[in-house]
Amino acid sequence: MKYLDEYRDAKIAHGLAAEIRRRSTKPWVLMEICGGQTHTLVRYGIDDLLGNSVELVHGPGCPVCVTPLEMIDRAIALARRPEVTLLSYGDMLRVPGSGSDLFHAKAEGGEVRVVYSPTDAVQLARTRPDRKVVFFAIGFETTAPAHAMAVLQAAKLGLKNFSLLVSHVLVPPAIRVLLASPKNRVEGFIAPGHVCTVVGCQEYQELVKEFHVPIVVGGFEPVDLLEAINMLVAQLEEGRVGMENQYTRSVQYQGNQPAREAVARVFEISDRKWRGIGSIPLSGLRLKQEFAAFDAERIFDLAEVRAEEPSECISAEVLLGHKKPTDCPAFGARCSPEKPLGAPMVSTEGACAAYYQYRRHVAAV
Amino acid sequence: MCLAIPGKVTQIEVKDGIRMGRVLFGGIARQACLDFVPEAKEGDYVMVHVGFAISVVDQDEAERTYALLESMGVLADELSPEEVVPPKA
Amino acid sequence: MPLTISTDATSPQSDAVRKEDKKDPGAFSCPVPLPAGERVLLGHGSGGKLSVELLNDVFLPALGNPVLDRMEDQAVVSVNGARLAISTDSFVVKPLFFRGGNIGSLAVHGTMNDLAMGGAKPLWMSVAFILEEGLPIDMLRRIVSSMRDAAADAGVQIVAGDTKVVERGGADGVFINTTGIGRVREGIFLSANQAKPGDAILVSGTLGDHGIAILAEREGLQFETQVTSDSAALHTLVDALLQGTRKIRCMRDPTRGGLSSTLNEIAASSRVGMELEETAIPVREEVRGACEMLGLDPLYVANEGKLVAIVAASAAQDALHALQSHPLGKDARIIGRVTAEHAKMVVMRTPFGTTRIVDMLAGDQLPRIC
Repeated sequence: MKYLDEYRDAKIAHGLAAEIRRRSTKPWVLMEICGGQTHTLVRYGIDDLLGNSVELVHGPGCPVCVTPLEMIDRAIALARRPEVTLLSYGDMLRVPGSGSDLFHAKAEGGEVRVVYSPTDAVQLARTRPDRKVVFFAIGFETTAPAHAMAVLQAAKLGLKNFSLLVSHVLVPPAIRVLLASPKNRVEGFIAPGHVCTVVGCQEYQELVKEFHVPIVVGGFEPVDLLEAINMLVAQLEEGRVGMENQYTRSVQYQGNQPAREAVARVFEISDRKWRGIGSIPLSGLRLKQEFAAFDAERIFDLAEVRAEEPSECISAEVLLGHKKPTDCPAFGARCSPEKPLGAPMVSTEGACAAYYQYRRHVAAV
Repeated sequence: MCLAIPGKVTQIEVKDGIRMGRVLFGGIARQACLDFVPEAKEGDYVMVHVGFAISVVDQDEAERTYALLESMGVLADELSPEEVVPPKA
Repeated sequence: MPLTISTDATSPQSDAVRKEDKKDPGAFSCPVPLPAGERVLLGHGSGGKLSVELLNDVFLPALGNPVLDRMEDQAVVSVNGARLAISTDSFVVKPLFFRGGNIGSLAVHGTMNDLAMGGAKPLWMSVAFILEEGLPIDMLRRIVSSMRDAAADAGVQIVAGDTKVVERGGADGVFINTTGIGRVREGIFLSANQAKPGDAILVSGTLGDHGIAILAEREGLQFETQVTSDSAALHTLVDALLQGTRKIRCMRDPTRGGLSSTLNEIAASSRVGMELEETAIPVREEVRGACEMLGLDPLYVANEGKLVAIVAASAAQDALHALQSHPLGKDARIIGRVTAEHAKMVVMRTPFGTTRIVDMLAGDQLPRIC
């Protein structure tokens, strides 16, 4: 597959890794932000290729993992209503809320279905006017434009039975929290390439200026990530600090204008709670008042739920890069993908889950 | 939340006022919404995320940067097996 | 740096461990039983960890006996000195008709394959239908003639049958349950607990064809070159393999749960590790593309016309050539070997030379979006 396979080339990967090891004079602590990037790094064993030249820690870039307990509980509550058809992306189904998950809600008789695209959700609402179709709209900035279009399309079609349960989060505020923490060890970031494809690079430029830390916008294939790591190590070794773009085949500095406009039309910025981290001001999106008719939280009466995570879970530390999954005493023992104690183990994109699935056989550093 | 993969646009048409493209991913064709990439034309490659194209692949840029990457690959030929995957400390 | 392995991996194989493992060859370190009030989830039927959990928590404690406890794909019993293999299966595929077959042909192939994997020649089958009220009789006729054709091709007789009808909504059109009986060949003793370090691991062809063909039909995926289910009767392929070599430890057909579930089961049963080469694993281009697009891994996708064989190292080449010389095995490959390290864990060498685990999934594979 073009523009995919070439970026999985083993020889280029080895060449880049050797270059990084040659260049590096100390184990720079680098963080990739997006769950998809974590998945690639862990699946291809990139840490093994890099040896001691770099220490990779993983960021909070898994929107499935950071969706708050209360949101999951609301989704489950909706799924249990006889008139509701709850549609969701696949990865959300196994995520535990405070007592149950969507798979169980389905087993108990709730109508829960997996969709690959928000367009499918609109289509379903169109063909089933007898059902109240609720789409569990989670994601980062990458997915917001698609969700915005779904709402605009539903409005155009005059649909009265379609709504979104929104749990959108924005990346830069989380990075700010991370960088502002006195426990922060991260010396360089790989910014999420598909988020930047949509929003552009300006916010990351600002982060560089404010925190004086190198950031490289990176893609998702192993060669992309190795190239991004190489660029970061080059900056760090040479004492430079800047924002660079590795993923130039997809990312432009100004981002995608029509996509951003769609988001701005439909959503506004709000405070959001991140599972495992807590509330981060102005870190999420919610539907504008104008589109209240498509907001599941405003249409349905959903009781507030206060839920606590098991105290053994150190997800806050993992999500912010202070600790690695293998540092957690519960990892692989009391906490596994089948019986997760917290956020980063719940989704296949979460750092703990990725380590568990692919890499628990290697030495803990 | 970022699984977007590159595909080739083979046919464009407007359905229900939305610009849709038939996009080929390896051997599979899927419909994707092209409203975010008004400049995309047949023959272009686009990055598709949850059924929406979010960028047009800059083929010239890809070619240029890939040539540099390939030179990295050439260097790899000179590596010994321990240099390729360093033994664990 | 000290090597730490997760608690899932086995420690020195003491008798104590053996005794505990005896009941659950697919044991995982999950001592907490399914809580009362827990419900059956779709994942319990996926062939992954949840399926194993259900077996260990509900079925084996109640029904276990020395034959059942072996947990092979077929049970081998002795009748007056003859070894008979018995297997049972249910077919609930949706959609009923797909490229490469339908629920009927699938039922015949699947049953025969379970027997063939035990080195048995399939002889007789029983078929029980559960029909949904409202099913067009024409559709039923088509399904049944496919079954007739599939059975005739294989020289298998369908000797007993049953029909039940449930109300509209009680079944997806048709559910089929089968029992197969075959005669195990002389001198053949295959079992999932026979794999030994050094053994070679072979697959008879490309992975993921059936699962993707079904998914394509369900989701309306259009392929430039259509993906066809590989549903096929494998007993003649098994014959060819046995002609090539008798040094076979075990054969399995990687159906639901894919190659990964099958290898993990064998690894657990034999208490060995496995090492696979990612570059050696055969996957069709279209299947790979579909998996990329949907965020699926071909190692977990179902196959209905492929087998995995664990053979002695010295017999690997003979086995490979025997498979490749048969039309159903032309894409056969040696994909890895059995090892004494990381017991019960299947590890894969990536194209980069690094390693990752090929884990058993909990339930069904969920398409990724991240």
